[in-house]
Amino acid sequence: MTEPLLEVEGVDKSFPGVRALHDMRLELRSGEVLALVGENGAGKSTLMKLLSGIHTADTGRFRLGGEPFEAASPRHALELGISIIHQEFNLVPHLTVAQNVFIGREPRRGRLLLDERRLGADTAALLERLHLPLDPKAVVGELTVANQQMVEIAKALSYEPRVLIMDEPTAALNEAEVETLHELIRRFVRPGTGVIYISHRMEEIKRIADRVTVIRDGEYIDTLDMASASTPEIIALMVGRAIDTGAKPENVRPDRDVVLSVEGLSTKALLKDVSFDLREGEILGFAGLMGAGRTEVGRALVGADRLDGGTITLRGKRIRVANPAEAARHGIGYLSEDRKRFGLLLEQDVRANIALGALRDQFTSAGFVRDRAAREKAREYVGTLRIKTPSLEQTVKHLSGGNQQKVVIAKWLAKDCDVLVFDEPTRGIDVGAKEEIYQLLNELAAQGKSIIMISSELPEILRMSHRVVVMSEGRVTRVLDAAEAGQENIMHFATLRPDENPADAAELGIEVGKAGQP
Amino acid sequence: MTAVKAPARDRAQASGGIAAAVKGRLQQLLAFASLIVIYAFFSFASPFFFSYGNFTAILFSTVVIGTLAIGTTFVIIAGGIDLSIGTGMALCAVMSGVFLVKLGLPLWLGVPAAILFGGVMGLVNGINVALLKIPPFIATLAMMLVAEGLALVLSDSTPIYFNDVPGYTDISTGNLIPGVNFPNAVLVLLAIALIAGVLLTKSVLGRYTYSIGSNEEATSLSGIDVRKWKIAIYAFAGLFIGLAGVMISARLGSAQPATGMGYELQAIAAVVIGGTSLSGGKGSIVGTLIGALIISVLNNGLQIMSIPQEWQNVILGCVILVAVYTDRIRKKETT
Repeated sequence: MTEPLLEVEGVDKSFPGVRALHDMRLELRSGEVLALVGENGAGKSTLMKLLSGIHTADTGRFRLGGEPFEAASPRHALELGISIIHQEFNLVPHLTVAQNVFIGREPRRGRLLLDERRLGADTAALLERLHLPLDPKAVVGELTVANQQMVEIAKALSYEPRVLIMDEPTAALNEAEVETLHELIRRFVRPGTGVIYISHRMEEIKRIADRVTVIRDGEYIDTLDMASASTPEIIALMVGRAIDTGAKPENVRPDRDVVLSVEGLSTKALLKDVSFDLREGEILGFAGLMGAGRTEVGRALVGADRLDGGTITLRGKRIRVANPAEAARHGIGYLSEDRKRFGLLLEQDVRANIALGALRDQFTSAGFVRDRAAREKAREYVGTLRIKTPSLEQTVKHLSGGNQQKVVIAKWLAKDCDVLVFDEPTRGIDVGAKEEIYQLLNELAAQGKSIIMISSELPEILRMSHRVVVMSEGRVTRVLDAAEAGQENIMHFATLRPDENPADAAELGIEVGKAGQP
Repeated sequence: MTAVKAPARDRAQASGGIAAAVKGRLQQLLAFASLIVIYAFFSFASPFFFSYGNFTAILFSTVVIGTLAIGTTFVIIAGGIDLSIGTGMALCAVMSGVFLVKLGLPLWLGVPAAILFGGVMGLVNGINVALLKIPPFIATLAMMLVAEGLALVLSDSTPIYFNDVPGYTDISTGNLIPGVNFPNAVLVLLAIALIAGVLLTKSVLGRYTYSIGSNEEATSLSGIDVRKWKIAIYAFAGLFIGLAGVMISARLGSAQPATGMGYELQAIAAVVIGGTSLSGGKGSIVGTLIGALIISVLNNGLQIMSIPQEWQNVILGCVILVAVYTDRIRKKETT
């Protein structure tokens, strides 16, 4: 057995309040493509950030070609021979391909002048060597996303790395482009180099990777040989945590009236023919991987994003929702996953935040704010939602995540909304407070509020949802009843890619040629 | 047990409220304290500074900047900026001349018309910002140039005199209060400050002004039609441009088409010294008023001490830096 190219052992990493990695291991052999898979939040990105010097580990050992190392900065990691391509591009849109590839190490003439000619020549040589059909002088911002991805790759490979790490490199690519990328990877991999390939897409992994390492909840689970591993086996490892069986969805009843009916929702960017029903007093879970389009459904429902097609029917009446103000008038409220950016007035107090939405309907007369009425209402919700705050005048910035979330909920309840879209209701909320939010959601549903709950956490979906809508790549791939929903089948439907994989399309009964075109 | 507990909790809430109130007023208190200190300094430094006559003179010279600053406080709290208020004021002064002198409208009609004209300018600014999504800086910069040009065009680049409009200058220099030498212009300033203060703190318009400046996206997602309210805010602020145009032309007895440029920066300086955050969400009318007074006191005091005009601007610039810097430090300490 030869010495591994890259070795990670016993690595721990914590952020304030969260343990991101615990006793993490990883072994990349010389000349192989190693796939790294795990659910959202399993710790893949954290591990990559440690390898590339963006964060430093709390404890643990890293070895590259047998030599211990610790990447102190991204620059240092590059010098060691570790290049990373992040999911988010790190390109300067207004510069050319050549300027982007050699950014920070531009060839100079003398000490001060840039040598544009050599820059162009070097880049052309590099692109030639990589068989990339790119023009060094093209402005990056004007390239397609796929070509921008190629620029990223050229930039990463220009450092002549030993280890190339790619985080979801194909998220924005179509099938042909994926194939080009895979070609590139195969040419790069030879004795002495290796690739870590992070992806959610099982069939892609099967094609490109030699082995697959599964991590879950910040811990190493197992490494399998790709040749002998099956997709269900990998998925089982990804999700196979012990679930809290004590807590189940409450009050699941299929006989209730449909409150909101969505038919054929489409957006230019992502959503394709999204249809589902929401019943009264129901908690409808939305599951799917990052970028599946769950948040987009929520935003489209309240008119925050533009719709290209589809109808929304509320209690039997078709409604048009052009903006959140109209949605609110219909009693539909959206609670963003990013509370601080989209949900709260951070610098203002609890009372102002709770009263914000309903200000004009309930707390004004003749254009003036009736502060006493607003305060009464706020006090009432602080009581019923058990919001822990020293006073109504407390700036919401200083409340805990759970209590901030409750303030947002109070805002929508004050507005008399009875269809509530919760996007990641417990993101950034600690465990104890999570349970309180769950209870609150159950209570709201029991009072007849209809709830859409978008969540990336499968245990949360399974614990709360009366039914589960599973999405993949902008489509609804399945709606599961609480009884039939499980981690494995949700993951299965969340990883289907009907547009690229005929077998998946057949399973879903979708005509790809027709539905696949925008 | 519960009967004992409840009042204790209420008291805790009440005291939290007072503490929060004091904290919220701190910047204003600081600004007010600096105003007093500067006033005291000049009183000792010059024998001519401390007198009733000079006191009213200072107030009188605050009126135009103060009026502009009060209007623009709304825009800045909402996270915007209005650069068109200076030349806009000159245009409104010219319009006042057009209405009263050239068209011969009566005072009761011509003056409100000139003020409304300011509102229309603000409305256009608001539409450009909220509907056409032009950044406020650019939209109002364009309006600043348009207004400057229009003022010259409409007046043929010559001042319009109000000599034949009886009562016009009384709007500014008259004495409504019999027996006391207290110019009407100052009364107007105090009245609009009061109205603006109440609207900012008590009205829906004011509440949404803070909300939009605090977090526009969250406000919109809360079901509030942000575009509509932004237009309303700019239009409302425009009324103050119109009023400032009336006040300055009434003071001078003429509409000077080329005098507006530069007033916008003085007004914005007053707003900033008064503790309003340029990033929006925070600020007050009282603070703005104090800010405008600080500028007036400085100008007046330095003039009385015969410090050249050039140096007055240097000192004003430094005062702005100190004011904003202390605000930063204070914020850091409280968070």
